[in-house]
Amino acid sequence: MIDLTHRSAAECLLRLHDERLEIEGFQKGVPRWCAGCGDNAVLTAAQRLLRDEGLRPEKTVFVSGIGCSSRFPHYMNTYGFHGIHGRALPVAEGIRLARPDLNVFVNTGDGDSFSIGAAHWIHAIRYNMRMVVMVHDNQIYGLTKKQASPTSPRGTRSNTTPRGSYLEGLNPLTVTLGVQNVSFVAQAADWIPEMLYEILQAAFHHDGLAFIRIVQRCPEWMPDNFDPWLHDPSRVQLLHHPSSLSISSSLASLFPNHLEHDPSDIHRAREIASSSDPLPVGILYHDPTVPRYDEIIRSEATHSSASVRRLLDAEFDKVAVTGGELDD
Amino acid sequence: MSTVQSTRSELSAEVGERQVVTLTEHVVEIISDSGEGAQRCGQSFGAIAARTGNGVWTVEIIPAEIQPPARSVAGASGNRVRLGSGPITNGGDEADLVVAFNEQVLLGRVHARELKPGCTILLEDMWREHRDPRIAASYAETYDLLVAAGYRIIEVPMERECRTLVSDARRGKNMYALGMLCAIYQFDLGLAREQVALTFRKKTQALIDTNVTLLTAGYEWALANLDLAFHVPAAPTDQRQVVTNGNTALALGVVASGMEICSMYPITPATSASHYLSEIFPKVGGVVHQAEDEIAAATFAIGASYAGKCAVTITSGPGYSLKQEAIGLAVMAEIPLVVVNVQRGGPSTGQPTKVEQGDLLTSIFGSHGDAPKVVIAASSIEDCFYSIITARRIAETFNTVVVVLSDASLATAQQPYPRPEFDPAWLAPPVDQSHVPDGLQPYAWDETTGLSRRFTPGQPGGMYTLTGLAHDTSGSVAYDPDANEQGLHARSLKLAALQKTLRPPRVHGDESGDLLVIGWGGTRGAIEEAVDRLRAEGREVSSLHLRFLNPLPPGLKEIMAGFDQVMTVEANWSDRLDDPIIDETNRRYSALAMLLRSRYLVDVDTWSEVGGQPIKPGRVQRAILRKLDGR
Repeated sequence: MIDLTHRSAAECLLRLHDERLEIEGFQKGVPRWCAGCGDNAVLTAAQRLLRDEGLRPEKTVFVSGIGCSSRFPHYMNTYGFHGIHGRALPVAEGIRLARPDLNVFVNTGDGDSFSIGAAHWIHAIRYNMRMVVMVHDNQIYGLTKKQASPTSPRGTRSNTTPRGSYLEGLNPLTVTLGVQNVSFVAQAADWIPEMLYEILQAAFHHDGLAFIRIVQRCPEWMPDNFDPWLHDPSRVQLLHHPSSLSISSSLASLFPNHLEHDPSDIHRAREIASSSDPLPVGILYHDPTVPRYDEIIRSEATHSSASVRRLLDAEFDKVAVTGGELDD
Repeated sequence: MSTVQSTRSELSAEVGERQVVTLTEHVVEIISDSGEGAQRCGQSFGAIAARTGNGVWTVEIIPAEIQPPARSVAGASGNRVRLGSGPITNGGDEADLVVAFNEQVLLGRVHARELKPGCTILLEDMWREHRDPRIAASYAETYDLLVAAGYRIIEVPMERECRTLVSDARRGKNMYALGMLCAIYQFDLGLAREQVALTFRKKTQALIDTNVTLLTAGYEWALANLDLAFHVPAAPTDQRQVVTNGNTALALGVVASGMEICSMYPITPATSASHYLSEIFPKVGGVVHQAEDEIAAATFAIGASYAGKCAVTITSGPGYSLKQEAIGLAVMAEIPLVVVNVQRGGPSTGQPTKVEQGDLLTSIFGSHGDAPKVVIAASSIEDCFYSIITARRIAETFNTVVVVLSDASLATAQQPYPRPEFDPAWLAPPVDQSHVPDGLQPYAWDETTGLSRRFTPGQPGGMYTLTGLAHDTSGSVAYDPDANEQGLHARSLKLAALQKTLRPPRVHGDESGDLLVIGWGGTRGAIEEAVDRLRAEGREVSSLHLRFLNPLPPGLKEIMAGFDQVMTVEANWSDRLDDPIIDETNRRYSALAMLLRSRYLVDVDTWSEVGGQPIKPGRVQRAILRKLDGR
C-alpha cells in the first residue's frame, strides 16, 4: 500500500514507480496446459493487464470453477480461488459484495459456465456486479478428456457423442445479450492477442459485469475446430467504433474484414452475435449506465458495535415483556 | 368509545360475579380457515399472555397449502398457545379450550387427537343457519357428534356481531376472538389494545382503530355472555424478558454475531428468518442476498467469507442437500461458514411445514469424502439466538463450517426469554489486512490443533491460490500421498481441539438412576417436562440435552455409566422392535442413538416419533414408562 502521509508528491510518484510490478511480478509457476492451448494467450493478456494498470497483487482475486481454464488462478501471483465446478460466479459475487476494494476476475470454461453453472451465468449477468468474466470457450470438455460441451458444433465426435453431437451448439452471446441488465458483452479469439488484450482492458474499466467469450483452440481434443477461421482470416470480422475499439493498421492488414458497430446498439449487437461465420471479434455491447446490484443492495448504514447495539435494543424493545406487574 | 373506556372498571365487578377458575396452566387453540387470521389472533394472544408475565409457548397450526379449500378438515390454520404460571418450554399435550371459526377445521383437530376429552369449544354459529343446506347439515351433524363425545361446545355469533362493526367479518373476526379470549383469561384490555396496535403497526391508523374496536367488542361480548373465566396467575419477575419465535431469534443472532452477509434461497420453514433479517439488516450495513438457487446461496456466502467476515446461509432440508458440495469446499479450503438448517420433514420434499429432526446425520457426515464440520443444535427459542453467535465464533476460530440445526417446532414457536444484553465480544473481529509474516504459509497447520492462520485477500504477502483440491501447507495442489494425509489429519484435529474446549453437559435430574433420556434440538422442553413429571412420581429418570452434536462434548460416557439404561428421544425415524421383521441385527436407530452407540459402545435404545407435530411431554412420559417397566 502507498502511504501518502508526510511525503512529497515526487516521493509518492517515485514510490509508485517502484511499486509497479513487471509482468514477472504477476506470474507464478509453469502452466500445465497443453502446448498451443488458448488458455496461455488469456493468461498472458491478463498478466499484461495487471502490469499496465498497476494493480496490486494482494488487491486482486482470480476466481475459477473447474476445468482446464479454471487452473488459471494457480498461475497468477495474486489471490486465487479455484473452487468447485460451475460455481465461480457466485463465489466471485460474494467476494465482490464483501470487498468493494478488490479487483475481481473470473476465469471459467464453456462447460463450467454454460452447462453446470448455467443458472449462475444468467443471474450474474442480471446482477451486473463489477467484475471481469472471461469464458474460455474451446467448445469441448478438456480436463475430463473430450466430451461434447453445450457450445460444441453439431456433429462433434466426442467420447459421449461418438456418432457426432446431436444438437446445434448454444450461442452464449445471444443468450447473454437477452438477459435484462446486461451491460458489457465482447467476443475475443485466442489467436488475435492484440484484440484480446484490448477487450480485456475495456472490460476491466467497465463499471459492471464485463462478459468476454474467448473463442479458443484446444489442440488436444479439437485440433481442427477453428481451422476455417485460421486459414481464412476474412472469416473473422473485427468490430470497431469511435466510441469503442479501433483497429491498428498491422491488425487491419492481417484481418481484412471489419465492421463498424456502435456497442450501444443492442439490437444490432444481437444480430451480429447470432453469426458464427464470419466470427465477430470485438465489443458487441456496452452500456455503462446499467445499475450494479452490488451497489444497490449495500446499505448506507455502517456496521459497528454501536449500530449493532442500537438495532438489537430497538428490536428487543418491540418484543419486550412487561413482567408480572402491569404498568398502567 | 365511551363504553370502551369504562370497560376496565366494570371488569372487576363483573369478574367478581363470575366464577373465576384459577389454573397453573392452560392450552388454548384458535383455528380457522387459512386467511381468516387465526394465526395472528393466536400470536397476539400469546404475546399478551407473555407481556402479562405468564410462561408461554405458542405452536403454529399450519396447513401445507397457502389457500386450502375453505371449511376443510385438512385446512386448519391457527395457533396453539400454552400459558402457565411458571416457565413453559413446549406446546404441551391436548388443548383445554378451542376457538373454532367453523366445524370442519375443528374436526381436523379432533381427528389429530389434539383436543383434551371434554374440553371447551367456542364455535362460530353462523353455519347453523347457512343458506347452503349441506353446510347447515354438516354443521349440525358435527355439533351433535362432538357434544355426544363429551365436548362442551358454546356457540358464539362471532360473524353476526362482527358484521355490526365491519362489512367483511372474515377480516376482523380474529381480533373479535382475541377480545373474547382476553376477557376469558382476565387479561388487561389496555395491554391487549397496545398489542393490536403493535401487530398492525405497518398498517394505517384507520385499520388499527377498526381492529381495536373489534377486540373491544369481543371482550365486552364475552364478559356479558360467557360464564367462562380463567385466571392463570403470572409469576412476578423483575427479569427483563422478550418474546420471539425461533426464526426471529436466529435473525437477531445473526445481527448480534457481527456477521454482515446472509445469502439464502426461499424455503419453508426457514425463510421467515431471512424475511425478518431483510427488514432489519440494512440498519447495520448488513445485506441479505436472495440467490438464484441454494448452491449459489452457499457459494456466495463462501466467497464473502473468504474475502471478509464470516457469512451465513439459511436453509432447510432440500436446500441443505443441495449445498453439500459447497460445504465440502469450505471444509477443504478452511473457509469459515455458518449454515443454518431449519429442519422439516424429509426425505425429498417431505413435509415442508411439519416438525422433524431428520438431518442430524447428514449434517455430520454430509458431503463426499471426509469433511469434518461442527454441528450444534438449538434447543429453545433463546438458544436459537445464542447458537448463531457461538457458531460464528467457532467458524472463525477454527476456519471451518458450523452447521446450526433448528427445526419447524422452534421456527414458529414463541416463548419469552431473558432479554439478551449485547456484548461487543460477540462481534466478529475486523478483517485482517496486515502484512503476512514472511515465510508463513496459508495452511501452516499446528501439529496439535490442526489450526492455521487464515489469509484474506488484501493482505500483502499472503497471495496464494485457494483450492478445493487436496493441497499442502502452501496451498499448492498436493500430488503426493503424505501431503493429502497431512491435510486430512489437520482438518480432523480441529474437531478434537474444539472438543477439548467444551464442558461436559449438565444432567437434568440426578446423576444416576434407572434411565437416562438423551435428546437434542427442539425436543428439550417436552423431554424435561416428562422427566419432571415422572420424577415427581418417584421415578429414577434423568435427561441430558446435547447442544454440540459434532464434536460430542466430553464426559458423556461417564454420565451414561451412572444409569442402568440409556434411551434417546428424537423426532426422526427408528425401526420398532415390535415390528415382526425387525430385530437387533437390522434395526435402524434414530440418529443420535446411532451416534452414541457407535462412539461409546453403549447399548443406547431409542424412542422416536415422526408425526410431523412437536413431540408432546405426555407421549415422552409414556415412552419412558414403557422403557422403565420393560414393556
